Amino acid sequence: MTQDKLVISKKKFKSRLIVGTGKYRNMSECAKAIKISGAEIVTVAVRRVNITDKKKPLLMDFIDPKKITYLPNTAGCFNSQEALRTLRLAREIGGWKLVKLEVLGDKKNLFPEMIETLNSTEILTKEGFEVMVYCNDDPLMAKRLENAGAAAIMPLAAPIGSGLGILNKVNIEIIRKQTKLPVIIDAGLGQASDATIAMELGCDGVLVNTAIAKAKKPFVMAEAFKNAVIAGRQSYLSGRIEKKLMGNPSSPKKGII
Amino acid sequence: MKKKIKIKINGKSNIIEDKTYLSVLLRDLKVPLRKVAIELNRKIVDKKKLNKIFLKTNDKLEIVHFIGGG
Repeated sequence: MTQDKLVISKKKFKSRLIVGTGKYRNMSECAKAIKISGAEIVTVAVRRVNITDKKKPLLMDFIDPKKITYLPNTAGCFNSQEALRTLRLAREIGGWKLVKLEVLGDKKNLFPEMIETLNSTEILTKEGFEVMVYCNDDPLMAKRLENAGAAAIMPLAAPIGSGLGILNKVNIEIIRKQTKLPVIIDAGLGQASDATIAMELGCDGVLVNTAIAKAKKPFVMAEAFKNAVIAGRQSYLSGRIEKKLMGNPSSPKKGII
Repeated sequence: MKKKIKIKINGKSNIIEDKTYLSVLLRDLKVPLRKVAIELNRKIVDKKKLNKIFLKTNDKLEIVHFIGGG
């Protein structure tokens, strides 16, 4: 297992759990949860600096970008133009090339707007970005993203923040089987076992935010997700038994008294 | 007395002295330059050239940084 690493755009990571940094009560809680989760990549948002309150703590003071890989995200963008602007600014902050593209299409269900997402992927790739793309669980669209130069495919499990878990396991498995790119389940996980299922389907990693940040005990949940991802990956790699309709006794029949 | 001009910083109107250099304004606002990106009238500003750019009336300045997000 020591050799088994998550590889994204030639960068290697020991942890297959990526965590979001939003929705925590405060930044120190967020930093502690990240530490417990063992995550080496965290998603971050680009927003205006509060120039009137200079004492407001900065994320970089709590999470050191030299130790943890920042993955700038376009959360909250509803068209290609906004997403491109956001990621170009993110790159300017400190040279971040590895980014997460998320173009939303509907304010209620938060499903991705895939036409804008695909167009943005093409443009960003040409500009030298390594783009991890949030997308729906559609194998055809995943293939088009791959052809457009995506660095990773990030299909949703369920709507962002819904906690519903993986709704379409078959599609996720098809997406996994058809691509050489890393497939990372993004959005919609609710509990640790959802992450295990994702990993058992062969996914390369999971991205979790709300399920940890909004759990009653976020630190315990962070550890649960860490263990769940490891368990799921080990289970996937160990080669599960075939499913059978009938029972098959675990003890030998020979020598029964 | 120097002429005053109106500019927008992060969407809010501000009155500053005419021909203020961007580097001076950002220093006065105590902006941690290594942790932000700057956009002037929708164009990203090279942080090495802040002392070569001065602000004009109706300029729109955006100063962004990373915050927690999913």
